[in-house]
Amino acid sequence: MADLQTYGQDSGLKHTLLRGLLYLVLILFSIYYLFPLFVMITTSLKSLTEIREGSLISLPRVVTFDAWNYAWNEACVGVECSGIKTFFWNSVQMAIPAVLISTILGALNGYALTKFRFKGANIVFAMLLFGCFVPFQVVLLPMSVTLGKLGIANSTMGLVLVHVVYGLCFTTLFFRNYYVSIPDELVKAATIDGAGFFTIFWRIILPISGPIIVVSIIWQFTQIWNDFLFGASFSSGGSAPMTVALNNIVNTTTGVKQYNVDMASALLTGLPTLLVYVLAGKYFVRGLTAGSVKG
Amino acid sequence: MGASSSTESNLMASLQRNLSKIVVAPSFAASLFFVYGFIIWTAWMAFSKSRMMPVYDWAGLRQYERLWQMERWHVAIENLLIFGGLFIVICLFLGCLLAVLLDQRIRAEGVLRTIFLYPMALSFIVTGTTWKWILNPGLGLEKMMHDLGWASFKFDWLVNSDFAIYTVVIAAVWQASGFIMAMFLAALRGVDQDIIRAAYMDGASLPRIYFGIIIPSIRPVFLSAIVVLAHLAVKSFDLVIALTGGGPGYSSDLPATFMYTMAFQRNQLGISAASAMMMLATVMAIIVPYLYSELRGGKKNG
Repeated sequence: MADLQTYGQDSGLKHTLLRGLLYLVLILFSIYYLFPLFVMITTSLKSLTEIREGSLISLPRVVTFDAWNYAWNEACVGVECSGIKTFFWNSVQMAIPAVLISTILGALNGYALTKFRFKGANIVFAMLLFGCFVPFQVVLLPMSVTLGKLGIANSTMGLVLVHVVYGLCFTTLFFRNYYVSIPDELVKAATIDGAGFFTIFWRIILPISGPIIVVSIIWQFTQIWNDFLFGASFSSGGSAPMTVALNNIVNTTTGVKQYNVDMASALLTGLPTLLVYVLAGKYFVRGLTAGSVKG
Repeated sequence: MGASSSTESNLMASLQRNLSKIVVAPSFAASLFFVYGFIIWTAWMAFSKSRMMPVYDWAGLRQYERLWQMERWHVAIENLLIFGGLFIVICLFLGCLLAVLLDQRIRAEGVLRTIFLYPMALSFIVTGTTWKWILNPGLGLEKMMHDLGWASFKFDWLVNSDFAIYTVVIAAVWQASGFIMAMFLAALRGVDQDIIRAAYMDGASLPRIYFGIIIPSIRPVFLSAIVVLAHLAVKSFDLVIALTGGGPGYSSDLPATFMYTMAFQRNQLGISAASAMMMLATVMAIIVPYLYSELRGGKKNG
């Protein structure tokens, strides 16, 4: 850390001014980043007349939750007008199994690839890793054919499969990098004591995996909840995840444009990942930066 | 302790080695099928006569020829260059600037970091929906400026086919720059303090310390950030769909939205597959040299 306080040779007035300027710039940037959230919240709490009369930054004169209620219970997605709530549950039913399965597999892979290395383990890892970088457009067509053949096209189960398969490389990467730094002696000692592959995993490795499990769950949950491409390609009508439903609500061209409902729906869609970020973001950032910055 | 015990432990070890393989096998098989197999399938489609349905008749480079003859594809490529270039440069600049500013023993650094980073937690669809509302010419930013007294203010980029792609840049920068900031901040915290102290003792000024010592020493992070951003740019799909829908017309199309339209709306499977292969080639051209240097560096270290 190099900073003005330690290394700044100017004392007194100039220093105070510089600090003031620094905070001013940071506050301006904060306003820039918070502005869309502010607009979303205030717009969602206004009535349509007030939106038309008022300005983007004006606070609601009368706070009303009508738009939220309408978005949740009544908004039309396609021909179905029962709100975004069904699609919220679709996303929940898709995300929970997909996150859990990909995390468990990732943990086992990472453990096997570092603590019980076999010949070619590096190549296997490199080949798995490649999957993280493939643009998904290249698998869209064959995947829709495959899901159709398996009879799980347009179903939540199909989306779970897709998310597990393409999330595996990330979870494996997380756990592998985490386990690499755990001393091998720990495992060797347990092997000499006669403990097997799964015993060691269960008794020794898993209890110290807390931080990386949190990272994997947060990452996977955010990716899967926020996904739109797979949802739009492999689901239709009532089985769509929430992001697809949101896009549908916003881009419905019939009737009056209800900006307050759009914003309420957007907030409802963003809320789960936002909550996860605020509550557990510390670990998320720590884990992400630890994984991506090597230099 | 004799020969029998050592055979036993050998047996155990060999069983465990196999267990290790057995555990990895399903994921590896899935990767072989769903990643490598699918890439080959798509590559084949791009060489076939497929239109509405996948057919396996060889057509050579016909689909690629048709792809490169389409004006829409050229628009998408041009947009990707504009969008990707601006997105990467602005995110790098903002991310680096914010990280340096935050690195000055700031009070409430945690709060500020959270504020800069929270957009990353949102779906691109949510971001797109929000910016679409903010930037809409009727009731959004334009009206706000009029109400504030700037009557001649005009901002119609969202519906202007020459500028629609720039609104995608605005929203994408808002979403991703905080993440780049976090990457740079972590790197700044890892710079060797002794070198900085020594430079300071020699009378170097703070800007000189930053430009002469700190920024060059975190060069690898620039590379990582560029790779992450380029990868995001090539894959960009949701944001365009939510913000402009690729429009007006197809003026803000990107390769990803082009591919999707050809596959699911225009029944042009062959062209769609060819465009997907072009995207794959682009990403590989960025990622493979990077991974190669990273893995080689990793071997050197351990």
